[in-house]
Amino acid sequence: MTLPVVDVGALGLDGGAHVLVRLALDEHKPGDEVGVRGTHPDLAADLVTWCRMQGHQCVSRGESDCVAVIRRGAASWSAWRGAERSGEPDARAEGAIAARPPASWGLAARGAVVEPGGPEPEFRLDLRDELWTDRAGALYAQALAGQWDPAVAIDWTETIHHGAQIERAVVQVMTFLVENEEAALVVPARFLGQVHPHFREIQQMLAVTVADEARHIEVFTRRATLTGSELALSTAGGRASLQTLLDEPDFATASFLLSVMGEGTFVSLLGFLERHAPDPVTRRVARLTCQDEARHVAFSLAHLERHVGVEPELRARLARAVEQRHRALQGTAGLNDDVFDALVLLAGGAPTPEGVALGWQRVQVLQREMADSRRARLNRLGFTPDESDVLSSLHTRNFM
Amino acid sequence: MSNRPFVLGAVAYDPKVVTIWEGFKQWFADQGFAFDYVLYSGYEAQAEAHLAGHVDVTWDSPLCWVRTRRLAEAGGTRAHAIAMRDSDQDLTSLVLVRADSNLTEVSQLRGRTVAVGAVDSPQATLLPLAHLAGLGLEPGSDFTVRRFDVMVNKHGDHVGGERDAVKALVAGEVDAACVIDGNHLVFAKEGTIAAGAVRVLTRTAPFDHCTMTVLDGVDRATADRFVQLLLSMSFDDPVVRPLLKLEGLKQWRVGRTTGYVPLESAVDRLSFYGPDGSILNDDYRSILGT
Repeated sequence: MTLPVVDVGALGLDGGAHVLVRLALDEHKPGDEVGVRGTHPDLAADLVTWCRMQGHQCVSRGESDCVAVIRRGAASWSAWRGAERSGEPDARAEGAIAARPPASWGLAARGAVVEPGGPEPEFRLDLRDELWTDRAGALYAQALAGQWDPAVAIDWTETIHHGAQIERAVVQVMTFLVENEEAALVVPARFLGQVHPHFREIQQMLAVTVADEARHIEVFTRRATLTGSELALSTAGGRASLQTLLDEPDFATASFLLSVMGEGTFVSLLGFLERHAPDPVTRRVARLTCQDEARHVAFSLAHLERHVGVEPELRARLARAVEQRHRALQGTAGLNDDVFDALVLLAGGAPTPEGVALGWQRVQVLQREMADSRRARLNRLGFTPDESDVLSSLHTRNFM
Repeated sequence: MSNRPFVLGAVAYDPKVVTIWEGFKQWFADQGFAFDYVLYSGYEAQAEAHLAGHVDVTWDSPLCWVRTRRLAEAGGTRAHAIAMRDSDQDLTSLVLVRADSNLTEVSQLRGRTVAVGAVDSPQATLLPLAHLAGLGLEPGSDFTVRRFDVMVNKHGDHVGGERDAVKALVAGEVDAACVIDGNHLVFAKEGTIAAGAVRVLTRTAPFDHCTMTVLDGVDRATADRFVQLLLSMSFDDPVVRPLLKLEGLKQWRVGRTTGYVPLESAVDRLSFYGPDGSILNDDYRSILGT
């Protein structure tokens, strides 16, 4: 049999000759021999050193015109022995997503061949049925396409024409929005680090959600301070309501309370601001953030729909969580008066009897819209109309 | 006796030494072999502790083997090299020069400066200096020796001295630098040496590196079992593979002493140790404070 030969030209082992030698050896089995041809003066001696370090053997040059003949050692194959492929990179492929990826797959790319014996990091969220939705990849792509730059997407130079009292109302609403968006950032961020990297699309969706919320916090703050105002009141009751979201350790329950109930309600609120805010900057801010929030709600609905499909008893758990949250918040004031009144003023556009009457009527419509849309989302998760009515009515008066 | 672990002495030249021996200790326990280890901060204390019977086996640098053997024989007993790594056999050390230097013959080093590793590095100091002496160039008189003493008493296990020597060569501060062949490739890969920046002026004869050493008084059956277990470690085993990688081997081999002849000769030629294992090198004694 002819000896296979690799020609490394003038390369030495100090310049990467081993890369070509290794490529040649990779084509052969342990025990097979490959000749090396080259002109570097230290090549032969350095190959002896390299072979020793790699577990190959430099054997006699024989009759060949090679500077060395290398017999492939078994060690270079060892890492592949017992290694397993960790699913498929394309989530749509057959068997791509494991029901419970082993901890030993760790940070490996989904679809990589994983050498056994590595660390076994603990990712608490490792059950497909508790996380997965086939829509995650598409929603993530949509999120990327929908990213916007606050500096470009919003014209911050537009003039604010309304008076100081209406502006104070806008600032109060913005102050309220910021703390709510903080909760909407912290909750997915906490779960993000617990998701097994095998569920890459879920990680990506949570990561982009966190990035969205970071941007929302920026634009709400920027709008609040646009006219030189100081931020308004953050109430104890508002923060207590949000704290119950932070305290929820279960992914499905937290996702349900935050997104399906809370952010879903916020979509209505932001739509309201887009329609009724007194100035174009606030309307634009509301429009852009509303698009992102709608996507967050869609993601949570998608994975929860799948989850209740495989585990119908989850519905009872989610219902209990709403009831418990309601009980926990009974001692708090709900939506603070300042925020409620600010919404009325803002939607009415003027601190006059006519303006307040208009704003009041619009806020009433908003509250009905919020309840209707919550009921619709609960229906989608398989709650009966009656159950949906009850659960929707128990939702925090603080909106989120 | 049965409950007492077989105790190994090793030198803590790097924090990874703890990872390695903790890992091996667990692996030995899984095989039903009671094993423990003691770390020394330097090889001289390890050799002396071995002779004093504090440990059953030592993981010795080649220089530590030479001293242990000499101390043992001076005391009327014998040392045995029982196991070593595949990567310990048939190493060479190189004398490197800059590729653009006009040095093409070893004799041209006369009057020049040669960088070496730590005073007690077999591969980067003793062996290459003895090699040059064998070629007719006496270190210190025919050429200047510039030593890079990093972690002395670790017998050159720490790569720092060799790396500093090579950096001095690349920077033009010295005319030649001595390194072990494997580190030459490591320095090239990490970028300390640019491709084609240096060339090999001369290379020593092959020599062996570390060894597991026992003395005559060791419990032979236990020592044999220890060696058997070492030889049974497989690079295919994902549990033991990370430890073998850290320790730099693919496979353990039965020990041999033929590979220490060049170092025995270098130690004598450079008056590093006496035939009885006493430390003769004044600089080394002074650093050790003995």
